[in-house]
Amino acid sequence: MLEIKNLHARIADSGTEIIRGLNLTVKAGEVAAIMGPNGSGKSTLSYILAGREDYEVTEGDILYNGESILELEPSERAAKGIFLAFQYPVEIPGVATMQFLKVAINEQRKARGQEELKTPDFMRLVKEKAGELKIDPDMLKRPLNVGFSGGEKKRAEILQMKLLEPKLCVLDETDSGLDIDALKIVSDGVNALRSPDRAIVVITHYQRLLEHIVPDSVHVLYKGQVIRSGDKDLAAELEANGYADIIDAAA
Amino acid sequence: MNMQAKTKRTAAEQGLMDAFSALVSDLPGDASVTAKRDRLMADFGATGLPSRRVEAWHYTDLRTLLRAVPDHLPGESADQLDPILAGSDVLPLIGGRYVEPHEIEGLTVGSFRDALMNGTATESLGALRDDDAIGRINGAFVMDGYTLKLAADAELDKLVELQSVQNGGQAHGRFSFEAGSGSRATIIERHTGGETAGLTSSVSEIDVAEGADLVWIIVQERGLEDTHLAQLRAKLAKDSSLKLFVLNMGGKLVRQEVDVMVEGEGAHFDLRAINLLAGQSHTDLTLTLGHVVPHTTSQEIVRNVVLDRARGAFQGQIRVSREAQKTDAQMACNSLLLSDDGEFDAKPELEIFADDVICAHGATVIDLDPVHLFYLAARGVPEKIARALLIRGFVEELLDELDDEALTDALKTRVEGWLDAHV
Repeated sequence: MLEIKNLHARIADSGTEIIRGLNLTVKAGEVAAIMGPNGSGKSTLSYILAGREDYEVTEGDILYNGESILELEPSERAAKGIFLAFQYPVEIPGVATMQFLKVAINEQRKARGQEELKTPDFMRLVKEKAGELKIDPDMLKRPLNVGFSGGEKKRAEILQMKLLEPKLCVLDETDSGLDIDALKIVSDGVNALRSPDRAIVVITHYQRLLEHIVPDSVHVLYKGQVIRSGDKDLAAELEANGYADIIDAAA
Repeated sequence: MNMQAKTKRTAAEQGLMDAFSALVSDLPGDASVTAKRDRLMADFGATGLPSRRVEAWHYTDLRTLLRAVPDHLPGESADQLDPILAGSDVLPLIGGRYVEPHEIEGLTVGSFRDALMNGTATESLGALRDDDAIGRINGAFVMDGYTLKLAADAELDKLVELQSVQNGGQAHGRFSFEAGSGSRATIIERHTGGETAGLTSSVSEIDVAEGADLVWIIVQERGLEDTHLAQLRAKLAKDSSLKLFVLNMGGKLVRQEVDVMVEGEGAHFDLRAINLLAGQSHTDLTLTLGHVVPHTTSQEIVRNVVLDRARGAFQGQIRVSREAQKTDAQMACNSLLLSDDGEFDAKPELEIFADDVICAHGATVIDLDPVHLFYLAARGVPEKIARALLIRGFVEELLDELDDEALTDALKTRVEGWLDAHV
């Protein structure tokens, strides 16, 4: 589903290269974890997948279902089913969460040539999915992410993911800022989305999240490259020994 | 007076003087009103329209901007409109003329023409200051309007919409509103226009008695060719509150003045203004706010959206007198400048003579936040729609402060209609 081939990318403004020849393949139905120390390029990778224009791809390609997405606008990528759950969900004053959800769902449906959801159907859908994530309906009347706690923001991200039903989900440090209970709710939400036709990329610092969302593959990112791949045991090994051994071995 | 040689009268100045001569015998009022009108017009003849050399008019050079005035006709025929919020009590002023209203419980409704005829309006016809061109023009020409008295402790269950409908020509109207002690009401003052160029002046005088709680919403939707000169004067007594909303989304040349005196302890004044500017329009919002007793508060938030070649200005003057200790006054003006050819000038001004006060003001000019746009794009919202959503959010945030959800939605619909047509 996702094939990243020899990807090189830099910050558009400064020209600093962050991703330096990254290769990664994630199949449909697979949950892939990307781990790595600070500054290894994890978040950058997630932004590049979503199409943020602050980064410039200088070499290589990203194929999604066999097609390059590099020329696509972020909104086109989203409509094709790519979803990034942000590490720091953006606060947008004045835009009510419900209003935002409705616009997002219907714009994606329009882009795919589907009919827009009618308001009662939309309301029913949101109520059901929000309930599963224990989201207070009052929260959805508030401006998007404004005044939400860390846990509420992450739950709101997962709610969006459940509503938009993407095919490729990229979760950027979704565990940061979550207490145990919230972590459980969020993980359950993600696990419920596991399906044979969907791929999930989980970016995280810690093994903790991977106890709840058990990955099929684990990839260690360092200095913009995948330096080692393995199964879920690799995550446990990292937790026990840290990154130093693997980095030394790759050097 | 002015010792310099008078510059030549402009076409608009001459037009106003001619209109006055033609109309003078038809303008309603007793002898005291007539004398007052003559004096105001004599002052106008001496000072003319204010130019940028008059400080209060620095950003709106009326002398240059007002090229001509339409003949003093009631204008093309116009009909009463559906109110902004369905079910409101509408008090229409069609072509500047009062329409006999139905009864509204708790509210005593009269025509301003009657107040002119019986002389009770005479005193209010004066200009507030030397540079008060709007008060002067309106005082000289005013023909009609409404006088409204809300009984003590009365609470209106329905919204009242003062609806000034004008298509071309000239109209000069007045609304006078007395909110009795402990009363509560929400009033919409709405100005609409048509396709023909018109000139309107409007003065609203609001008296908020002790403990009264008033929400006043000005919705200005004049036509694309219209000139609209408006003024709101308000006095706030002890423990009263006035929440004023101003929505400017029409007109070619618009000045809305707000003059508020917070003169009772414990009183609170709020201003929330949305200026939506497009085309080649010029819109000016000028606030003069006086805190003259201790323990009063005010908060002003002005949000502007500037498109095309539109120009706008906000002048906000807060005066805190020596006695007015413990005043808390906060003012912010935020502009979203979406065109390289647009312009917005913000001039906050604090004059503080008391030493134990909290007063602050700030002005920002911004473009849409690329991080916001990216977040929306990452959820599949195309750029054009995302921009519209963010612009809406920027201004509509202020409308969320109304307690009445149906009213908030109705006003948002009008804002969205404007944005859909212009962005």
